Amino acid sequence: MLSGLLDGIFSGISLGSVLLLAALGLAIVFGLMGVINMAHGELMMLGAYTTYMVQNALKGTPLFGIYIFIALIAAFIVTAIFGLVLERGVIRYLYGRPLETLLATWGVSLILQQLVRSVSWQLVTIVALFCLLFFGAMWIVARRTDFERARGWFLAIMIPLSAAAAIATGNVLGTLYKPAFTKLWFDARNVDVTAPKWLRGGFPIAGTQFSYARIFIIVLTIACVVGVYWFLNNTPWGLRIRAVTQNRTMSACLGIPTKKVDALTFALGSGLAGLAGCAVSLLGSVGPNTGQNYIVDTFMVVVVGGVGKLAGSIIAALAIGTANYLIGSNTLVDLTAPIKPLSDTFAFFSTISMAKVLVFALIIAFLQFRPGGLFPQKGRTVDA
Amino acid sequence: MDALIQSKSKARQRLLIEAGIVAAIALLLLFVIPPILVGSGQGFRVNLLGRYLALAIAALGIDLIWGFTGILSLGQGVFFALGGYSLAMFLLLQLPDGQLPDFFSPYGVTELPWLWQPFYSLPFTLFAIVFIPTIVAATLGYLVFRNRIRGVYFSILTQAALIVFFNFFNGQQKLINGTNGLKTDTATIFGQTVSSPPVQAFLYTLTILLLVGGYALSRWLTSGRSGRLLVAVRDDEARMRFSGYDPTMFKVLVFAISAGLAGIAGALYTVQSGIITPQAMNIAFSIEMVIWVAVGGRATIVGAILGTLIVNFAKSILSERFPQFWYFFQGGLFLIVVTVLPGGILGWLREDGVRLVRSQINKRRPLQTYPSLEEDPGVQYERKNLANRESDG
Amino acid sequence: MSEKILQIENLTVDFDGFRALNNLNFSLDTGELRVIIGPNGAGKTTFLDVITGKTKPTTGQVTFKGKSTKGNVEYQIARLGVGRKFQTPRIYLNLTPRENLELSCNRYKNVWNALFGKPSSAERRTVAGLIETIGLDAKADLKAALLSHGEKQRLEIGMLVAQSPDLLLVDEPVAGLTDEETENVGNLLLALAESHSIIVIEHDMEFVRQIARKVTVLHQGTVLCEGSMDEVQNDPRVIEVYLGKQEDDRAAA
Ligand SMILES: Nc1ncnc2c1ncn2[C@@H]1O[C@H](COP(=O)(O)OP(=O)(O)OP(=O)(O)O)[C@@H](O)[C@H]1O
Ligand SMILES: [Mg+2]
Repeated sequence: MLSGLLDGIFSGISLGSVLLLAALGLAIVFGLMGVINMAHGELMMLGAYTTYMVQNALKGTPLFGIYIFIALIAAFIVTAIFGLVLERGVIRYLYGRPLETLLATWGVSLILQQLVRSVSWQLVTIVALFCLLFFGAMWIVARRTDFERARGWFLAIMIPLSAAAAIATGNVLGTLYKPAFTKLWFDARNVDVTAPKWLRGGFPIAGTQFSYARIFIIVLTIACVVGVYWFLNNTPWGLRIRAVTQNRTMSACLGIPTKKVDALTFALGSGLAGLAGCAVSLLGSVGPNTGQNYIVDTFMVVVVGGVGKLAGSIIAALAIGTANYLIGSNTLVDLTAPIKPLSDTFAFFSTISMAKVLVFALIIAFLQFRPGGLFPQKGRTVDA
Repeated sequence: MDALIQSKSKARQRLLIEAGIVAAIALLLLFVIPPILVGSGQGFRVNLLGRYLALAIAALGIDLIWGFTGILSLGQGVFFALGGYSLAMFLLLQLPDGQLPDFFSPYGVTELPWLWQPFYSLPFTLFAIVFIPTIVAATLGYLVFRNRIRGVYFSILTQAALIVFFNFFNGQQKLINGTNGLKTDTATIFGQTVSSPPVQAFLYTLTILLLVGGYALSRWLTSGRSGRLLVAVRDDEARMRFSGYDPTMFKVLVFAISAGLAGIAGALYTVQSGIITPQAMNIAFSIEMVIWVAVGGRATIVGAILGTLIVNFAKSILSERFPQFWYFFQGGLFLIVVTVLPGGILGWLREDGVRLVRSQINKRRPLQTYPSLEEDPGVQYERKNLANRESDG
Repeated sequence: MSEKILQIENLTVDFDGFRALNNLNFSLDTGELRVIIGPNGAGKTTFLDVITGKTKPTTGQVTFKGKSTKGNVEYQIARLGVGRKFQTPRIYLNLTPRENLELSCNRYKNVWNALFGKPSSAERRTVAGLIETIGLDAKADLKAALLSHGEKQRLEIGMLVAQSPDLLLVDEPVAGLTDEETENVGNLLLALAESHSIIVIEHDMEFVRQIARKVTVLHQGTVLCEGSMDEVQNDPRVIEVYLGKQEDDRAAA
């Protein structure tokens, strides 16, 4: 009984900490820019794949024992850069249009999913060549003063032209260096990250196994939360981010470079997604759809937590994680065994997928009392 | 008053023209296109066309809530599936007395679950196809809108609802065959198998008729006072309250209507594709529906239908040839439509297309002056006088 | 029926410890036109927020036509007969001015009527007349998003008139209007005052002088003083609030 409860709480917290890690970046980005990043899950997936690649690269070297730390850094950097590109390339054109941003980032997530399925040297070459040709041409032409007028024509001509050139080159190279050049990097299959030796297994307390990997994730989450908190509250850029979160126009007037703040925040949020992906890769195999499994739950964390404070996300993530676990496992069924109808009800919901049904109902019920989440954004700007 | 009457008769005239065009297109779809496709050896595309026209009904619903009212639902798949399952359950029960649908036996179910009982009746099924989704949407919508939860929050919640329904349907094997879904193509109706040509031809016709019905409904809803109220909800819902309107009710209403349309679409799609599975409720499909509308053009009802057909045929052709590129293409489509083509195809045609054509045939649009200048009696007077003086001198 | 159309007792509004309104008492006779003035941040807009149900009072109550508005939400209060114009114009940008007015003019605001109702010819005539009054004939069928700030102001005033509530709450109606327009709006409000009760909030003292019969000065969430324009202008407390203390001046100098 006790061990069951202990196990339930531990697993719940560890589930919650994964959720929190995943939701942290999302919540910051949403709080600052009102942007729901549907590609957040895919950024996590990128982080997980980065971990996988770091692991493969370091296999057999003395660094392998601590590869996970290198992977964390690599995952953060890769996804942060990706986030930066995403923000500069797409999202900044869509500020103030949250629903459109949502759709656009969904498009990005589709592209990323397919990217890991079909990425090969060939594809990389094609994309790189296309960018080179297209943006090179743009760079040359854009210096002319009448560029804006001819923009449509430029796009209509240059896009097919560069695409054709890039694809043709890629195909030629592909036939020349057949197997190596066209070989898919990952394939559509899932890949496995093997945790380093010291993260395998766990230690038993009161008959429950506390897995090291999960403890590592909990510690990582705490570190990230503390780090983000410190960054937001004790650094000049953190101050700027908070200022823009509260009043964008005013901040801009006071000379805060809001564009830079936006880009930085987005990169930070994406980097956190990368860390989350790295953590997730320790829990099971990683596939192109990995991100999708987390995305809805992390959104729920943001909805329940509200965008006012970091604490909201923390409480919400732990609550949702624990609730999911307690309902989904048999813990509640056992606990309520004496009361037959109650335990029967819980038994009906006691699978992972059915638990989500009940948790969603609870969330909707919660929103009836606190529509703005635990810590709603206050002030006049809301629902003016 | 004269002006009023005149504009009224003009409006009626326009309505007649529109009805004529719709009828002509419907007839074209009914009697001309199928023989052409069959004649050119592309007979299977008739079935595809039928399915896509069914999807277009769901797209109409999305146009109503997203295009006009500005509510983005990412959970239309729920309603689609509810409609599809309702009809599938009815079809699977078309058996001799006492028999159960086949899929029950591996699970050891020997008695028909109570959930299935009402679906023996055709009237109930028809009712269920439209009103189960409607009621589910109205309930969810009321609970959410009432608390003034909106924008992306609403979108996320509908997506969560989608996942919840997906999980529920996926997990209930003994009830509705879980992941495998319900197959309708071998079921019989009125003594014919559902996949037989006459039944399919009937369904094709029915789809077109219902699509026309859906079009008429959408047109009616978005014209006149209700249409303006929908736009008002999109523009400034809080302001409406201070004029005495309760936006919650309007939002619940359109959301429910869009769900009903999705239900009809789901039922028609199911019987034409032969199966309904929980996959109808995966996240991607529901978002895809939004992009059909976006491609065609938001808040243009024809755009929803057009967009659905274009995107889906592109999908069927592209994914036949290069399956892996479809996703790139689709992802790119989302990006392009949102960033460079926010008005969709129809929006572009209206704005830039006209201008482009004009400039090509060298007929620049006459520069418009400030409107009040044209009507200002003082200016008119001066112009006349100036002209007079010129002719004088 | 009581003589007072609006009565407010001991109204307090707290925003996380900040008292925007502090124990405010106020009453308005039926058919009265009242101007409220006060420095920025005095709580004037918040005062209207409470009357219209946008903000819930922390303590105190609002009585409209003899009934407490407690428990009513915005649209219910609006249906009781309270209309409001916002400080920054709020109109439906994707509708034309004509359509904006029609929506406000409509008397039956339930869903059923939205679906099956048609604007009556009397309503159409009212709208046509209003468009002329607010001087938007030339732009009546343009998207309202294209209007200038002043035109939007006028349109919102028009919407308020179209709604024809018993009590009109008008927040800074002439901000951004030309002198001529200001005078027109003043005359419009005076004409309306013959058959409606009106509360006007304004900073433009010329305008206040034009329309005011009785003025209420709000300061730091409470009523500082009340009376005719001349009385108010000569009240030492008002001078102090608007111009600063004499000692301060001397100290500064
Ligand atoms: N939702 C809110 N949360 C916190 N403080 C608020 C809120 N709404 C208003 N306030 C504060 O209440 C005070 C009164 O504001 P209000 O808008 O009523 O002033 P006002 O008299 O209309 O000023 P102005 O003449 O500039 O329009 C201000 O200090 C404002 O900051
Ligand atoms: Mg104010």
